[in-house]
Amino acid sequence: MKYLVLIYANAQSWGHPIFLRTAAGQALSEDRRAALAADLDALLTEINDSGELVSGAALADPATARTVRSADGGPLATDGPYGESKEQLAGFFLVDCATRERAEEIAGRFPEARYGGAVELRPVMDLGGEEM
Amino acid sequence: MTEASGDLWRRLAPRVLAALVRRYRDFDAAEDAAQEALLAAARQWPEEGVPEDPGAWLIRVASRRLVDGIRSDRARARREETAARLEYPPEPGPAGDDTLTLLLLCCHPALPEPSQVALTLRAVGGLGTAQIARAFLVPEATMAQRISRAKQRIRAAGAHFDPPPPDELPDRLRTVLHVLYLIFNEGYTASDGADLHRVELAAEAIRLTRAVHAARPDDGEVSGLLALMLLTDARRPARTGAGGDLVPLAEQDRTRWDRAAIDEGTELITTTLSRAPIGAYQIQAAIAAVHAEAATAAETDWPQILGLYTLLARLAPNPVVTLNRAVAAAMVHGPAVGLALLDGLADDPRMARHHRLPAVRAHLAELAGDRDAARADYLLAARLSTSLPEQRYLNARADRLRPPAG
Repeated sequence: MKYLVLIYANAQSWGHPIFLRTAAGQALSEDRRAALAADLDALLTEINDSGELVSGAALADPATARTVRSADGGPLATDGPYGESKEQLAGFFLVDCATRERAEEIAGRFPEARYGGAVELRPVMDLGGEEM
Repeated sequence: MTEASGDLWRRLAPRVLAALVRRYRDFDAAEDAAQEALLAAARQWPEEGVPEDPGAWLIRVASRRLVDGIRSDRARARREETAARLEYPPEPGPAGDDTLTLLLLCCHPALPEPSQVALTLRAVGGLGTAQIARAFLVPEATMAQRISRAKQRIRAAGAHFDPPPPDELPDRLRTVLHVLYLIFNEGYTASDGADLHRVELAAEAIRLTRAVHAARPDDGEVSGLLALMLLTDARRPARTGAGGDLVPLAEQDRTRWDRAAIDEGTELITTTLSRAPIGAYQIQAAIAAVHAEAATAAETDWPQILGLYTLLARLAPNPVVTLNRAVAAAMVHGPAVGLALLDGLADDPRMARHHRLPAVRAHLAELAGDRDAARADYLLAARLSTSLPEQRYLNARADRLRPPAG
């Protein structure tokens, strides 16, 4: 079963890993910040080595986003992200896990789940279907 | 590459790998060497012709690769050691036993299910990593990691190419059957056309289950699983309509069912039920056989199906069996009886957020003539479903029940 892991954070400035740019992340000791960043590296190595990581990417500052809508006059692009919220999408990972519990475990290990953000887990629609 | 030679080297894959592992013990390296020999065969045989003894050819090529690898490792380790056993290629063993022993190893309990599935398809099915990756819609690198990690875990678990101890064998064999069933389902639930690589998984699962059946002809559950696969796969030509839309069992064009597969599956399950201890796969195969013998949906022997689901609920109770039993009970005793059976599932945590409970409730409410309740539950089921064709089907059912405008 595939899941999209969406990393959201309320960042004061932009950079990756994004939890270091949140108020909660900035308040941590230098040692703690380094330890969490190492944990994150270990997590990414683990899901890559296990063959669970399908793909993923870190995203540029939402300030660089352009949102496109179109009307009769054609497409109209405006500066800024679609969502107004303070919590912005900072990156995503597509994982393929044996169970939903395993996907939740992975999501919970991203530092943003605890410091200055949240991790959203969205099941990916399957192309196959059971007989009714 | 012709289909025939492709089938040939894949059929030989377990024998080649087994011969190598028996001689050199190192499953990880032997599996890589066998895979390389299969790739060499894929390149050379179509041009140069299939060798007189293809199995011996594959073993010789694989063996050479493996020995070269071992020699260079030893050279690196600066060990002055020569081993006579490296000089002669190993002999193949009896085919059926090798396949089963390899399956037991690939479905080792130390591995998570996706790894058991991937390793089985590569090491026993002889499929390449790229083919497996395409079937599961992941990049080749992801699948390569999964397979490589699976082999490391098998090594770490200290597993060897020997049949498990007799007291572990029944459980280990159940795991093999479960993995084969998972592979079958991956292929069977795929929609035709767009998903050709996944569809082939069903045929591959049937091929491997046949091999297990050949090695364990008296095991009732092995026969039951093979019969279940044959009887289910027989419906494939009728189960999807235009654009990959799901066609429910009751509305399938039964003239498009594969009669040969139905006959083989029915014969197999009938003889098995008469002589083996009963098991869950056998009961499910028997249910599929009862559906298969009905020329039209209206002629379905629902009392017999209800009896079989009641037996299954006693033998292997789970919420999905309860759902199916409720449908059968509704067909025999009316929708109210079926709906009453579903009440017990509403609080089951295993069914929370699961689309199948509201989907069945909707179906039974529709049978009872309660259009509003049916529509609400079809829409709820569609929201909970994570399958595109199922969601399309459920939304279409809901839309048919929409109250007329104005």
